[in-house]
Formats: sequence, structure tokens, C-alpha cells
Amino acid sequence: MATDTQLDLWEVFIQSRNGSHHTHAGSVHASDRKMALQNARDIYTRRGEGSSIWVVPANSIVASNPDDADMFFDPADDKVYRHPTFYVMPEGAKQI
Amino acid sequence: MADINELKYTYSLRLADNAWILSHRLSEWCSNGPFLEEDLALTNIALDLIGRAQAFYNYAAELEGKGRTADDWAYRRNERQYYNNLLAEMPNGNFADTIARQLFMSVYEYYFFMSLQNSKDETFAALAAKTLKEVKYHIVHAADWVVRLGDGTAESHNKIQQAINGLWMYTGELFDTDETDIMLSEQGIGVDNQSLQTLWETHISEVLEEATLKIPEAEYMQTGGRQGIHTEHLGRMLGEMQYLQRAYPDAKW
Amino acid sequence: MSNNTAPAIEDARLSKFEERVQKGDAIEPRDWMPEAYRKHLIRQISQHAHSEVIGMQPEGNWITRAPSIRAKQILLAKIQDEGGHGLYLYSAAETLGISREDMIEQLQTGKAKYSNIFNYPTLTWADIGAIGWLVDGAAIVNQVSLQRTSYGPYSRAMVRICKEESFHQRQGYEIMATMMKGTAEQREMAQDAMNRWWWPSLMMFGPHDSDSPHSSDAFRWKIKRHSNDELRTKFIDKTVQQAEVIGLTIPDPELKWNEATGHYDHGEINWDEFYRVIKGNGQCNKQRIAHHKRAHDDGAWVREAAEAYKVKQAVKNN
Repeated sequence: MATDTQLDLWEVFIQSRNGSHHTHAGSVHASDRKMALQNARDIYTRRGEGSSIWVVPANSIVASNPDDADMFFDPADDKVYRHPTFYVMPEGAKQI
Repeated sequence: MADINELKYTYSLRLADNAWILSHRLSEWCSNGPFLEEDLALTNIALDLIGRAQAFYNYAAELEGKGRTADDWAYRRNERQYYNNLLAEMPNGNFADTIARQLFMSVYEYYFFMSLQNSKDETFAALAAKTLKEVKYHIVHAADWVVRLGDGTAESHNKIQQAINGLWMYTGELFDTDETDIMLSEQGIGVDNQSLQTLWETHISEVLEEATLKIPEAEYMQTGGRQGIHTEHLGRMLGEMQYLQRAYPDAKW
Repeated sequence: MSNNTAPAIEDARLSKFEERVQKGDAIEPRDWMPEAYRKHLIRQISQHAHSEVIGMQPEGNWITRAPSIRAKQILLAKIQDEGGHGLYLYSAAETLGISREDMIEQLQTGKAKYSNIFNYPTLTWADIGAIGWLVDGAAIVNQVSLQRTSYGPYSRAMVRICKEESFHQRQGYEIMATMMKGTAEQREMAQDAMNRWWWPSLMMFGPHDSDSPHSSDAFRWKIKRHSNDELRTKFIDKTVQQAEVIGLTIPDPELKWNEATGHYDHGEINWDEFYRVIKGNGQCNKQRIAHHKRAHDDGAWVREAAEAYKVKQAVKNN
């Protein structure tokens, strides 16, 4: 017998209702797209958790490297002017 | 109109039996699937069918009006009192046998419930509409697998072809039409079963063609399930299924 | 990670890692982690996954004999959940760089363990009640504690599992309660199941803290958040009351409320039995693995077909 295969790994993203983000739910094994979608449906939406599913082959995901975290993310830390709380509103002015 | 109620009662019971017996077979797959995801997929279908069985037994109970419950029908009848199609009780065999059975049943059910959702009987129409959503998924699941197996390896091709050939003689019964069918169909309550055959055959041959499989030559078709004349497999299934209900007739679980 | 990393760099990474864990930061798959942490997690998560999957068998043993439509429906949904939980956990373990193929092989060759409890047989319908009530009751105590485990994917899997499992213990307790309200035969059946499952359930929490081989690293790295004995006590305190309400007797003459500690004291657990079963000599050890192998081997041609079809389609589409 050939060596065992448990089929390919896919990552599953579920949108819980229209209007919300697709959120990573977990992963499934499947050999093709249709199967991946069906397996994701059977495993991650059994309790009505979803209105839409995305499946992505796990090896297609490009992830940032934690070792690069300082270069990637720290430079954003001091850009306080990107946040509304940075600005002083004149007394009595109403929010838009 | 007592007669119509009686007909509807028989009709509902048959539909319930089909779902109940097939769900039992699928539930036997639990912890035996070819891989974990598929194990869960088969269980999902089984659960759809149990829910459907319960709904149609409940309706039968309502139509009969004698205070019997869904469990009484599911657990307290003998071999000759079940009216499911023989196809539903056929053993799981290997995965290909189960998938072939699923394809044949699901495609039939699809056209059946498509028609039944227009029933003049509101309960039938509502149950059919709900069931249809589930059945659409069952078809996709079965058809995709038939194609994978048919167009997969030589071994899988042979296995699914054998499964199709082996079960073929039980498919004719799906379109069996007796007095109950005719009368309810004429009233706009039931389905014209015979008219489904061409639709079913076309649908099945499309799937088999995509799967590089051959349609078996039409030959003898075995019937009897709807008169309560079953295969040897049903009695054994019931022996197991009914064990607790029979051994402790006074107990509630 | 390269094995050639200089020891000083390694040390610096380790202390940074431990600092993060102490702060309560979650560790994610691509973060640096000590090999021992990774190994410990793989062992624990895969064992946890295998337990869910093997646990499908003793309960599956009663699906085709479930005594009512409702009972069958619930049991099937519950076992399906367990399969799903096995799957979530396999996924979590896969993020640590072990494949599902490898995990399955380790299970089948005995290199990886699963919960001892599933090496006991389910002899009557009441055993299904006892498993849901006691075994899932014990499992949930453990799992609630693991929701805050330091490894992100494991913690997320546990959160999902706890959410879904909340009905499992109730399902079992309901079966027991119904039987205790039933005929004399049913009550006898329920008490018999209680007698057989009580002690193995207590063993599920593992050896006493003083004898637990894997504990110290697991605590330091916050993989484990509560000790075996703490969790066991929590389970007993909760369960004794539930047993009393439905009239079941706990098969432990030494069980008594300890005013000073605010917990129950229990009799001595038969650790000889515990280690005997772990070593493979329980009633069902061989049966469970044989069943798993049979399903796995019977399914091999299906998985191969799916792979072959995928390859053919890829060729066609190019």
C-alpha cells in the first residue's frame, strides 16, 4: 500500500452573518476545493455559525515572520496622530 | 374525508420510514469513515434524515389521531410493517456502496420533494421545502464523491462501478406507483411518482458520465418494500435497533 | 530553528520566551519556542485529539441501539462533536509541525496515548449516560482550565470545544436522571454504570500531583493551569451533589465532606489499575486500536482515489 495520505490542509474562514468579517475558524483536510468547502461546512457551521465560508490551501498563506515583528509593527507605535484622540476638540464643538 | 387522511397517513409513514431506515445505515458509519472529515459529513446527513423521519412520523401520528408517538412507529413495529424502499435498507458495504446508495436516493428525493413542495397539503408542502434544502446538499456530496471515485484510481473506479451495478436492481422501486400514490397525486396532495423516473435517469446518467462510469443495462427490478416485503437485511437491523424498547417494554428512556 | 544557534542567543531567546509566557502573552505557531515546549505540546495536544477520536468508539457502540429517536439524535450529534473536537485539536497540533499522518501512525503504533477511560467497555445503555455525565463532566473541568493555556492555537481550540461541549454533560446526566425515575431495572442499570465508571473517571485527571511526571515544565510554561488534584477535587465536589439529587450512590464508602478544606475527601484510587491499563492491559486497548486501524485501512483506497482525482484534474486544467 502507498504511504498514508490524509489529504491537503486548508484554512477555513467563516463569516458569521452578512456584514461581518470572515474570521479564521480552523482548518480541515480535503483533496480538492469542493471537498474543502463541504468539509468546512460540515465541521465549522453545524450550529448555524456561518453565512459564508472561505477555504484557502494552507500553503498559499503568506505569513509575516515573528522575528520581523519589530521592523514590521513597532514603527507604527509612535504614529499617535493617526488616532482621533490625538486631536484637541474646541470646547462645546459637537462630534460629526 | 377520513379516506384522504388515511392515505396521507400511509404516505407520511412511508416517507418517514425511508428517512429512518437510511439514517440508521448512515449512523453505522460513525467512527468508521475513511477519514475524520468524511466521518462527520456522513453523520451530518444521518442527522438530517433522523430529523426528517421524526417530522413525518409526527405528522403520521397527527393524522392517525390515536395518541401514538413517533417512537412507537420507529421502534415498535415488525419487519412486515415497515414501508421504506429496499434501497434504503441495503447494507453500507464499502464506501463506494454507501455513496452509490446516497446518490440514487438523494437524486430521487430531490425530484420527489421538488414536486411535494407544491402539495395542497400544507404540512407536506412545508416539510418538503425544508427537506429539499438538505437533499440538495446530499446530492452534491454524493455526486462529487461518485465522480472522484469513478475518475480516481483503477481500484476506486471498479468499486464504484460494482456498487452501482449491485444496487441498480433496487432503483426501479423508487418509482413504484400504487393506489395511494395515484389517489393523492390526483388530489394534488402527493407526487406523480412515475413522472420522476426520466428526470432521475437523466440526472444519474449525467453524473455517471462525468465519473467515467457505465449505466447498468436495465434488467429485473426488485420491489416489495412499500408492501412491507423486505430484504433479509431489515430484520437484523430492527433486531439491533429495537432491542431496548423490546427488552424493557415498560421503560421510558 | 537551527541547531547551530550559539548557546548565548538560545539563552536570550529562552528568557524572552519565558518572560512573555509569564506576562500572559499567547505563543503563536511562528514564534520561537523551546524544543521541550513544542514537544510537550505535541504530546499533549495529539493525545487529547486521539482521546476525542477513540472516544467515538465506546459511545458509537450504542448508536444503533439508542432507545428513542431523540436519544439517537442527541448521541449521534454528540459523537460527531467529539470527532470535530479531535479535528480541531489535530489542526492545533499541526501548527507545531507534525502532520496528521504522523499523529495517526503514532496512535496506531502505541507511541501516542489517548485517555485511559476509553479502554473500558460500554456494556449497557446506562453506560452512555455515565460517559456523558462523568467522563464528559471530568473532561470539561480539564478543558475549561485549558482555555487559558499559553499556546494560542490550543487555547482557541479549547474555547471552541468548551462552547460546544456544554450540552454533552447534560445529555449524560439527563439519561441517568431519566433512568433513576424509571423502572427498578433501569435504576439498577444506572447504579451499575455509576459503580463501574466512577473510579476510572477520577483517574482521568492523572496521578496525584506528587507523582505527576510532566508537571513542572507544563506549569512554568503555562501549558497547564491547574494541578491534577485541584481539578479532580473540583469534579468531585460538583458531581456528588448531582448524584444525590437523582438518588445515585457514589461507590466510595470513604467519601465525605471535609469542613476544613471545603471539599470532599475521597478514598484511595486504584493506581495499579490505572498503570496497568495505560500499559495496554485494559479490556479494550487492543480492540480500540484495531477498530481505528480497520477504519483507516478500509478508507485508504478512498483517500488515494481523492488524491488521484485531484492530480488528474490539475493536469486537465493546465
